Amino acid sequence: MSLLEVEGLRAAYGQVRVLEGIDFSIERGRRVAMLGPNGAGKTTVLRALSGMVKTTGRLEFDGDSLAGRATADIARRGVAHVPEGRGTFPTLTVEENLRLGAYVRGDGGAVREDVRRVFGWFPRLEERRRIQSGSLSGGEQQMLAVSRALMLRPRLLMLDEPSLGLAPIVTKELFRVLGEICDEQGMTVLLVEQNANLALDFADHAYVLESGRIALEGEADRIKGDDEVRRSYMGY
Amino acid sequence: MERFIQVLVDGIATGSIYAAVALALVLIFRSTGIVNFAQGEMAMFSTFVAWGLYEAGLPLGLAVLTTLALSFVAGMVIERVLIRHFEGGDVLTLVIVTLGLFILLNSLAGWIWGFGNRGFPSLFSDDTVVVGGVTLSVESLGIVAVLLGVVGLLFLLFQRTKVGLAMRAAALNPDSSALVGVRVGHMLMLGWGLAAVLGALAGVLVAPRLFLDVNLMGAVLIYAFAAAALGGFDSPIGAVVGGWVIGVSENLAGTYVDFIGADLKILVPLVIIFVVLLFRPAGLFGTREVARA
Amino acid sequence: MSNRRVRTAMVLGLAAAAVAVPFLFGPYRVGQFTLVLVYAVAVLGLNLLVGYSGQISLGHGAFFALGAYTAALLIEKASVPHLLSVPAAGVVCFAAGFLFGVPALRLHGLYLALVTLGLAIALPQLIKRFDGLTEGTQGLTVDQPVAPGWLGLADDQFLYLLSLALAAVMFLLAWNMTRGQLGRAVRAVRDREIAASTLGVNLAATKTRVFAVSAAYAGVAGAMYVFAIGFVAPEAFTLTISFAFLAAIVVGGLATISGALFGALFIEFVPVYASDVDVALTGVIYGGVLIAFMWLLPEGAAGLPRRLRALAARRHRAAEEKTQEGRLTQREGVA
Repeated sequence: MSLLEVEGLRAAYGQVRVLEGIDFSIERGRRVAMLGPNGAGKTTVLRALSGMVKTTGRLEFDGDSLAGRATADIARRGVAHVPEGRGTFPTLTVEENLRLGAYVRGDGGAVREDVRRVFGWFPRLEERRRIQSGSLSGGEQQMLAVSRALMLRPRLLMLDEPSLGLAPIVTKELFRVLGEICDEQGMTVLLVEQNANLALDFADHAYVLESGRIALEGEADRIKGDDEVRRSYMGY
Repeated sequence: MERFIQVLVDGIATGSIYAAVALALVLIFRSTGIVNFAQGEMAMFSTFVAWGLYEAGLPLGLAVLTTLALSFVAGMVIERVLIRHFEGGDVLTLVIVTLGLFILLNSLAGWIWGFGNRGFPSLFSDDTVVVGGVTLSVESLGIVAVLLGVVGLLFLLFQRTKVGLAMRAAALNPDSSALVGVRVGHMLMLGWGLAAVLGALAGVLVAPRLFLDVNLMGAVLIYAFAAAALGGFDSPIGAVVGGWVIGVSENLAGTYVDFIGADLKILVPLVIIFVVLLFRPAGLFGTREVARA
Repeated sequence: MSNRRVRTAMVLGLAAAAVAVPFLFGPYRVGQFTLVLVYAVAVLGLNLLVGYSGQISLGHGAFFALGAYTAALLIEKASVPHLLSVPAAGVVCFAAGFLFGVPALRLHGLYLALVTLGLAIALPQLIKRFDGLTEGTQGLTVDQPVAPGWLGLADDQFLYLLSLALAAVMFLLAWNMTRGQLGRAVRAVRDREIAASTLGVNLAATKTRVFAVSAAYAGVAGAMYVFAIGFVAPEAFTLTISFAFLAAIVVGGLATISGALFGALFIEFVPVYASDVDVALTGVIYGGVLIAFMWLLPEGAAGLPRRLRALAARRHRAAEEKTQEGRLTQREGVA
């Protein structure tokens, strides 16, 4: 059984229908990318999984239905969502943000361990541990956002456009470290990205969304290697 | 000189009571974005409950502690049952609802305990104590000590505990908090519960000095509003500093300045509110910009 | 019958009933209805402010008091004829509302509420303080208007009809205002501030004008109050009256002119019956009503017809959808 199974997912904001019936699944330990143009509904997929938008359809996480559950509940089940805009708390310190990421965990000692591990991956965060996170650079904030999610010890990591607003060098570095971490942890990842190139390098499997439907899916290497597909769906 | 210090300390004591209610207002403002017009009446109601328990035979300390616990629960219930329904909605609606609660509690207290006044025993002795050559009342010192203790506990709660961190987060950004698994609704309830406790504490501290009747907290609430406005509605430090400033100024003015008679006394905090909101809406320590019309 | 004709018929019916009142009831009742008219004018002013322009005032009791004392002092100490004191009270309160509004209306929502609350608390204290002028807590007795002999009316009947005439004038003025330029500007400000300012509506000026107008209404009502009661004292103008006005607009309905009447009826008669049961009951009812109405009927009693119509429309639509679905499945079955 896959870790995440989605069938017939429909979502709307008021009268505006955004998702028109999405089917996909993610196996344990695999990395899935969700690509597509702006407005295709990629962010909505993540928001649907986090219970932030009204949906119909089957949403199963490790056998449990996520449909209709509150966001906090879904997080408590081990789904970590790094939203667009990062979801960090600008007036709280780096350390406080990390501690919040581990809010649902009871194991204080292990939490401290994890904080140290985060600082190992991102030494810049350690330097700024007592500084308000709002005064960090864009790249550092994104590192913090991802770390915050990892502090949950999630079973599924969902990332919404981590490259947004970051310089290419920073983005590359972020994805490099992210790749290492996910390898180390065997993390299951759902990545929504505009930067198809980076995403296809990072992911194993990819779906391309268009106007609320899945237009294309396949192994990331194959899609990357297929010039025609790339040109028609990703414009390059 | 001795007189001056006495007036100062008394002012800080009175100011501490204003600060306690102001802290309650700030707590609720930070977590739910509302100014709770009913804060004073909730405190008054709690004080009556304490009085009732004491009259029923409980020793004063136990009566007060029980009341604090009951007030905590009541605050949580009020948030969950009443306020939750209106959260995120129109400001005007919430103003009317908390005013409705104000009127309701005021009359309910009158219904249950009558509109006459009565005495309330002090938690502290009548004695005076000599500090650095100055004779000060134990009660004043006691009130200040209680407030400092409360502030210390709140500091520990918010800065050093998981729950406190979660409460701060929920107040700052409910959506992001939900993403880490914080149950925002619970945090709101906690905020209201704590605020109710602070109010109740203020009530039992001030009741011995004024008489206990349904209008006990009316003026105190106005002073607390002034303290919160002066300090900044979203700043706990501001609430304390604001409370002390207002308490001390009130006392100094009352002692040394003549033309503000008893009738006009209430105008002082009202004018302070008006002036502060007009010229420096964020107060001395507040961070948020008050939305201007 | 078209909506308009129904409404005109209702208004005429109401007017006829209103005129008939002094001839159908005894002096005590008539006096109560006179007070209803007084409150209706004040509540109308508050409604214009809160309902139409979306601002808050918890302090209209202060303008009510100001108007009452202006009229009282002019009549008793300056021998001004009764009728003249009405516009005088209105003008004074307009000016006061304007002066208060210019700084205060820069505040928003909660803070405006707080500041107007302060106004309501401050005014009775000021009245007490300047007792050289106002006779302070003792209060000031004022000669009430007396029925001219040739009308053949009792004093209470004359007072009622005089108040009715004044109220009718104020209602007509309000109705005219909401339909005119000021009304449109005001609604624009309430609904979309940003859009309104691009359309050239001067936000600050409009808001201040509406505030001043609503204060003037409270002032006129205050003068009418003096006629009706013949006595003013600070105790009559505490926070209670400001809260009563608030309850009135909540019950009667925001943004409606008819709502002012509902509300006024509520605040005049409920305390009378409630205090028969228990003195505290009035407050419990006010508080409970405020909360209940905000929960169930945010638009007040006057919003009820609209709500019921919307509910009926929703039910109708749901029923239609069901029949449509039924038809569809039928068709599929056949296919």
